Amino acid sequence: MNADEPLPEPLTVPRPGPRSAATGTALRAPGGRLPGRDHFTAGRPERGAGNCATSHTQPAAALPHTPQRRSASRPHTARACALHAGAWWIWALGLATAASRTTNPLLLGLLVGVAGYVVAARRTDAPWARSYGAFLKLGLVVIGIRLVFAVVLGSPIPGTHVLVTLPEVPLPDWARGVRIGGRVTAEGLVFALYDGLKLAALLICVGAANALANPARLLKSLPGALYEAGVAVVVAMTFAPNLVADVQRLRAARRLRGRPDHGVKALLQVGLPVLEGALERSVALAAAMDARGYGRTAQVPPAVRHTTSALTLGGLLGVCAGTYGLLGDVGAGYGLPVLAAGLAAALAGLWLGGRRSVRTRYRPDRWGVRAWLVAGSGVAVAALMIRANSYAPAALHPPAVPLTAPELPLWPAASVLLGLIPAFAAPGPATRTPSEEDPQ
Amino acid sequence: MIRFEQVSVTYDDTAAPALGGVDLTVPEGELCLLVGPSGAGKSTLLGTVSGLVPHFTGGTLHGRVTVAGRDTRTHRPRELTDVVGTVGQDPLAHFVTDTVEDELAYGMESLGVAPAVMRRRVEETLDLLGLATLRDRPIATLSGGQQQRVAIGSVLTTHPKVLVLDEPTSALDPGAAEEVLAVLQRLVHDLGTTVLMAEHRLERVVQYADQVILLPAPGAAPVIGDPAEIMAISPVHPPVVALGRLAGWSPLPLSVRDARRRSASLKERLASSGAGVRGGAPHAAEPHIGYSGKGRAGENPPAQATGLTIRHAHLTALRDVDLTVREGETIALMGRNGAGKSTLLRTLVGTHRPTTGSVRVGGLKPHSTPPAELLRHVGLVPQEPRDLLYADTVAAECEAADGDARAEPGTCRALVDELLPGVSDATHPRDLSEGQRLALALAVVLTARPPLILLDEPTRGLDYAAKERLVEILRGLASDGHAIVLATHDVELAAELAHRVVVIADGEVVADGPTAEVVVASPAFAPQVAKILAPLPWLTVPQVRRALEARKGTA
Repeated sequence: MNADEPLPEPLTVPRPGPRSAATGTALRAPGGRLPGRDHFTAGRPERGAGNCATSHTQPAAALPHTPQRRSASRPHTARACALHAGAWWIWALGLATAASRTTNPLLLGLLVGVAGYVVAARRTDAPWARSYGAFLKLGLVVIGIRLVFAVVLGSPIPGTHVLVTLPEVPLPDWARGVRIGGRVTAEGLVFALYDGLKLAALLICVGAANALANPARLLKSLPGALYEAGVAVVVAMTFAPNLVADVQRLRAARRLRGRPDHGVKALLQVGLPVLEGALERSVALAAAMDARGYGRTAQVPPAVRHTTSALTLGGLLGVCAGTYGLLGDVGAGYGLPVLAAGLAAALAGLWLGGRRSVRTRYRPDRWGVRAWLVAGSGVAVAALMIRANSYAPAALHPPAVPLTAPELPLWPAASVLLGLIPAFAAPGPATRTPSEEDPQ
Repeated sequence: MIRFEQVSVTYDDTAAPALGGVDLTVPEGELCLLVGPSGAGKSTLLGTVSGLVPHFTGGTLHGRVTVAGRDTRTHRPRELTDVVGTVGQDPLAHFVTDTVEDELAYGMESLGVAPAVMRRRVEETLDLLGLATLRDRPIATLSGGQQQRVAIGSVLTTHPKVLVLDEPTSALDPGAAEEVLAVLQRLVHDLGTTVLMAEHRLERVVQYADQVILLPAPGAAPVIGDPAEIMAISPVHPPVVALGRLAGWSPLPLSVRDARRRSASLKERLASSGAGVRGGAPHAAEPHIGYSGKGRAGENPPAQATGLTIRHAHLTALRDVDLTVREGETIALMGRNGAGKSTLLRTLVGTHRPTTGSVRVGGLKPHSTPPAELLRHVGLVPQEPRDLLYADTVAAECEAADGDARAEPGTCRALVDELLPGVSDATHPRDLSEGQRLALALAVVLTARPPLILLDEPTRGLDYAAKERLVEILRGLASDGHAIVLATHDVELAAELAHRVVVIADGEVVADGPTAEVVVASPAFAPQVAKILAPLPWLTVPQVRRALEARKGTA
């Protein structure tokens, strides 16, 4: 750049600047190393899988000014040892599949117990690990709602043990088949309870996966073309707690103005400032992300771009047609091959689309023996339960009419216990130090 | 390294340029400090370096900014990632991922750095910034200083040649600020990174600067030069410089150490003025401090906490705190971030219910008193004064405040005129500067005439002029008999204003006593003047000035 060179015309940018003129730019190779630090050898040796399960604590902090007492002792699973997030999800979905195949309350209870034990044994102290309690409560709410519906709207189950007769609301002719109030039978309630329990068990299994696997890490395993969607989800997930904190702060501020801080009105009046705050934060985050290289793309030939679009669209169409064929009566023959071809095309499209992204991945989760064991145990539970449906359907679905005490079928129960494998196979969280255990 | 050629910036909705006539060069490997009053265009200048101005904010940029040879007009911020790293005042607004290690890797992932190189650079950066023990921690659980270091680390991993920082230490306690500054020092000295930094708290940073750029007013051309030369003319300057100017030292000292070495004669003059030294008298010599420490504790002191413990879930925020606030007394609550200062203030306004122990405000239990009644006994200006303001004009805000406090119409507006002269009724509270907004929130709180006023971090984001104005206002209130409690990291403010300092650590009161005693005894909380003149008991420049004037008077 020459100093005598005349200055260029002013650069004017219209206000909604950030995204309007997104242009693809050739990738510059990242250059430069820290001067004088080239002798630095690459990171510490990876810990083998063998010592991952052993607990370890962090050494005391070195910096004098840091308030480290709290921080150094917080337990966590070290990254090198962390299980692939996908393994946890496969395990949990396996348990959920098993739960969906039975209404036996004893088996469902066993499934919930298995999931709960593994969570208790293997969850870390990270914020997302605390969500398990919320899912448990949600399960109870689901059961409650199912029971209330059975009481108020009656139940199609013919029962003989009348518990109570509610006054029935007379309904017009066109609403025949709907009943409000009337007899409440024990059979109807038991049926509703089993049904609700099944749904609750499903939810709790998903909650277990949520508590054990960092959702953000799962998104990191997505193909490159879906990276942007993954970022959006991660950002949204970190925004939600901020939003809740904002609402609490602003409600507390209402109190300072001498206005009541409870009630619907208070919540509504803080709505606007909360939204304003959220908007400001998103603009700040967008600026930060832009400054940190978000959205850098590689130049790809137009032919590749068009192929990508064609493959993705065609693949999705194929998936739709194939699924329709499989589910419908007519196309059972061509359903499966079309679905397979569609999936293949869509995956190829995603893979090609990933070439536009210049991103690399930092320390992706590795799929090791432990991951196989954890995922395998979930798949085994699901498979065995599906199989049990063929040899012991009665035990898996205890009848509500006539009322009988459900029995615990031996083999399905034993197969559910396979789901406990992760409690021993997965790497454990670091132990709590004494100062963490006893705040006093 | 950074070159500005005839740069001026005009935003779309204003006629006058926010920044004008910038024509200077920041050489490679220097720590360059950007100073100036609020609204002088510091953030805009920093934004032009990272390309966020005008690409992201909109507006018109005249002239040319080049960073490491790249023109920011043709390179968008994302294409400058590998030469410029930007960190703002609020690190939380900067984080994209949720754990420390991922955050450090994020920028490199965007650039497509090879995995092996990424791994090596992350390990280097963890060591460089002392973050190794925190590598797997969720970012939300870190302290303020740790978060700021992670934010700096996250831009360092792409090996930028230039680091741009907007008020990196303003929100931090003195200890955490030193942590961050030590890291910056190391970057400049060991790695030759060029650092361009704006900061209000000059007492923390000016001694580290190689060059200072002074932006005297909005749109005015900046002055660049040697820190001591610029400080001699700068309208914003730290107490050490003020003391140096007062004593006529040349060249001006910028660090406490330099000043101490020159202070022998000043100390002699002060010691011989005699009157000031005996019995902590420098305070008594000040007109505003009529308070003698024996204020009426009476039946119902403005606030009283006995054995107060607050526990949230697993965390004990306050433990066995005893505190009595007397009429007309100003108390500074100090301690690191997260020590429990804000919790104590919020408990006094009834946001938290004591787990054990009791708290009384004017004889009432704050947590079970209706807000409308409590308003007459205590008022809190929160850390973000904007939280208190709902209306879209100053006039509407005042009307609402009169209604809330059931005060006579016009009460609040009269207070606003007093605290914030020259603000029109139609102004939107959002358009006020940081200091003006604080004054407006204070006026709203004062409308109900509470005997106890609480302020949480009032000087965050204020420049020296706004701070001086705040000190005047608060002194006025204290002499009217209001009790004031401020939670603050600002040792200079505490020294200037407080009769008593209470230091809180980990939820417990670890020191409670007259300002001069508590503050001088602590290396972290001592104001600069106290450090320079130790063991003499003067804490602030105005005290020294008065002592010298008194001596002249008697001589």
